Amino acid sequence: METEELLINMGPVHPSTHGVLRFKLRMDGEIIKECTIVLGYLHRGTEKLAEMKTYLQFIPYTDRLDYVSAMPSNYAYVKAVEELADIEVPLRAEYIRVLVMELNRIVNHLVAIGSLLMDLGASTMMMWGFREREKALQLFEMLCGARMTFSYMRIGGVREDLPDGFIPKLKEFIEDMEKRIADYEQLINNNEIFLMRMKGIATISAEEAINYGMTGPTLRGSGVNYDIRRLEPYSIYPDLDFKVCVRSEGDSYARYIVRIDEMRESLHILRQLIDNMPESSIIATQKYGIIPMTGAPYTAQTYFPRIFTPPAGEVYSRIEAPKGELGFYIVSDGTTKPYRIKIRSPSFCNLAAIPQLVRGLKIPDLIAAFGSIDVVLGDVDR
Amino acid sequence: MWTGDTMTNAYELIVNILTAIGVYDQIYNLFEIFGMAYVLKILIVSVLIAVLFAFVLVTVMFLTWMERKVVALVQVRYGPMVTGPRGLLQPVMDGIKLIGKEDIIPAKADRWIFTLAPFIVFVPALLIFIPIPFGNSLIISDLRVGLLYIIAISAVSPIAVLLAGWASNNKYSLLGAMRAVAQDISYTIPLALAAIAVVIFTGSLSTVDIVNAQGDYWFGIIPKWFIFLQPIGFVLFLIASIAELGRIPFDFQESESELVAGFFTEYSGMKFAMFFLAEYAHLFAVSGIVVTLFLGGWNGPVIPFIPVQITSLVYFLIKTYAVIFFTMWLRDTVPRMRIDQLLNIGWKIMVPLALLNLLVAGFLVTAGVI
Repeated sequence: METEELLINMGPVHPSTHGVLRFKLRMDGEIIKECTIVLGYLHRGTEKLAEMKTYLQFIPYTDRLDYVSAMPSNYAYVKAVEELADIEVPLRAEYIRVLVMELNRIVNHLVAIGSLLMDLGASTMMMWGFREREKALQLFEMLCGARMTFSYMRIGGVREDLPDGFIPKLKEFIEDMEKRIADYEQLINNNEIFLMRMKGIATISAEEAINYGMTGPTLRGSGVNYDIRRLEPYSIYPDLDFKVCVRSEGDSYARYIVRIDEMRESLHILRQLIDNMPESSIIATQKYGIIPMTGAPYTAQTYFPRIFTPPAGEVYSRIEAPKGELGFYIVSDGTTKPYRIKIRSPSFCNLAAIPQLVRGLKIPDLIAAFGSIDVVLGDVDR
Repeated sequence: MWTGDTMTNAYELIVNILTAIGVYDQIYNLFEIFGMAYVLKILIVSVLIAVLFAFVLVTVMFLTWMERKVVALVQVRYGPMVTGPRGLLQPVMDGIKLIGKEDIIPAKADRWIFTLAPFIVFVPALLIFIPIPFGNSLIISDLRVGLLYIIAISAVSPIAVLLAGWASNNKYSLLGAMRAVAQDISYTIPLALAAIAVVIFTGSLSTVDIVNAQGDYWFGIIPKWFIFLQPIGFVLFLIASIAELGRIPFDFQESESELVAGFFTEYSGMKFAMFFLAEYAHLFAVSGIVVTLFLGGWNGPVIPFIPVQITSLVYFLIKTYAVIFFTMWLRDTVPRMRIDQLLNIGWKIMVPLALLNLLVAGFLVTAGVI
C-alpha cells in the first residue's frame, strides 16, 4: 500500500505546548519521524533591553524569564552583578534569598508535575498542585506584594525583611506540604497507567544528556550527579545539609521522581533556614552604601544607591535554578548600564534534546516527554 | 385494578392506566368510529417516545452538571455555583451560549458530510434507549433481539466520528477519527463477548428477560445479579464500555493535550453541542446497559403500597447513577493511556479473557451447575 508522510504543525497555539512553542512533526501515521522545534514566538529581546537599563532597572526583566520561578532568576542576575562589583551581602539577606529560592523551587516543581499530569489527562494533580502553590504564592505576597513577578532581590541584598507572621505561616506550609507530597505519590507513583506512559519512554543516556547541555532535574534523571549548589557552592549552600537527588533510568519517570524528591529536599532546607535565621541587615552597606536619613525605614532604596557603576570587567555567574543551570554573563564597561548581558537559560538548553528524545515515538509520548523536561517559554525565547 | 406483572411495555402500561381511570374505552371508540384504532396506538407510542427523549435530554443536561461537580469534588473546588441553586442551571446557560454561537464550517471542509456527522452521532445515542428497561414495564419496546440491537446501534457512532474527522479537513481531526475507529472496533468485540456470556445464562437477548433472570435471591439475601456469576465478564464489559464511550483513561479520539479536541476540533456552536450531548446520552445509555446486564436491572426490595413501576424506576436510576459516578470518579483519578497500549490490551488481554469467560459460562450452564 502506498502511504504518505503527514506533516503536522503542533503549535504555536496548542493546548500542551505550554505557551507558544511550535513543533514541526513529520509523521508516519502516529509515529514521529522527525521533530523540528521552531522558536521565537515569545522573543522580547530581553538581552538587548538590558543594554539600555541601569543595573537596578534590569531586575524586573529577569522576573519575566522564567515566570514560574522568578526568584532564582532574580538571584542569578544580582549574584552576577555582586560578583562583578565585589559586593559583600549580609548573612541574613543570603538566608532570606535561599529561603525564597527553595520555596520557589517547590512552586516550580508543583507546576511542572501538575502540567505534566494534565498533559497526560489527569487534571486532578494540576488542581492539587495549584492548591499548594497558592499557599506558597501567598507567602511571597506577604513578602513582596507580588505573586509571580517578584523583583524581590536587590543588588547587595533583598528589598524587604521578612514580615511579622511569615515564619509561622511558612512552618505551617512546610508541615502541610509534607503530607501533600505523600498524597501526590499515592495518587500518581503507583498508577499503572502512569507507569505505562512514563517508564522507558523518552530515555536519554547520561552521555547524550551532557552533550545536549541538559541540566537540572532532567540531567539528574539520567544519573549524572550534577548540582551547582554542590559543585560550585554559592550563597550559604555549603552550610546546608541536603542531598542531590539522582535517578539512573533517564526516562520520563526518573525525571518526575527527581522532582518529587527535590521538593522534599527543599522542605528540608527550608527547615534548616528557619532554625538558623541570623539577625543582621538585609542589604549591603559597606561599599556603595549611603547613610539613611534618621528614622527612615530599613529598605533597599535607602541603603543602596539606585544608580551605581561597577568596575569595568566581565563575569559569568551561574546558579542551580529549579529547571537547571541558569547563568548570567555580564560585560561591564564601567558605566551605569551593562555593556552586554547573555543569559544561559536552562529551558532553552533542555529543550534542544526533545527532537532526539522523541524520534520514533508517538504524539502522546512527545507530550509526556515535553512535560517531563519542564520548559517555560519565557525562559526559552527571552 | 391493574397488576404490574402482566404488562410487557410502556404502551400496555398506559392502556392499563387509562382503563383503570375509565377513559380508555371512550377514546378507543372515538378512534374506532373513523376506523383508525391503529392511530391511537401510534399516538400513544409517539408520546411515550417523546417523553423518553425529553427524559434523556434532561438527564444529559444534568449529567454535564454532575460531571463538573464530581470533578470539582475530587479536585477540592466548588464547580459551577453562580447560575441557579448550586449551579444547577449551568447546562441551560451553556446551551443558550452554544446556540448563540456562530456556526462555522471551514472553507475546505466537505460541507454536507460535515453537517451530517453530528446528526449521525446524535440519533443512535437516542435510539439506543428504546430497548432499555427503566423499570418494571417501563420500556418502549421489549425487542427479542434487544441486546443485539443495542450493540448494533452503538456501532454506528464510529462511522459518524470518521465522517466528522474526514470532513473537517483537519489533520488533528483525522488522527482523532482514526483513533476512534480503531478503538471502537477493538473494544466492541470484548464488549459483545462479555454480553454473550450473560445471554448464555438467560437464553434470551431480550433485555426484560435478562432483568427478570436476576430477580431471585440466593439464600434469601444475596441477589442473583450476574455480577456475582460473571465477575470477569462485568469487569471486561465495564472497561470495554468506557473505551467505547471514549472517556478517560481511553479518551484518545478527543485527547485534548495531544489532538486539541480530536475529531470535533473544527466544530462549533450547536453542532459541537450535539457531539457533546451524544457523548453524555451514550454515557447514560451504557451505564443503563451495565446495570441491566450485571447489576440486576430494576430489581430491588419490593416496598408495599407503592406501585412497582415507581420503585423499580428508582432502583434503576440509583444503580445507573452509581455506575455513572464511578466513570466520573475514574476520569478524575487516572491519566490517559496511549492508543497502541489500549489496542494491545484490547486484543491481547481482553479478547482472550472474554473468550475464556464465555467458555467457563458455557461449561457452567451445560454442566447444570447453575
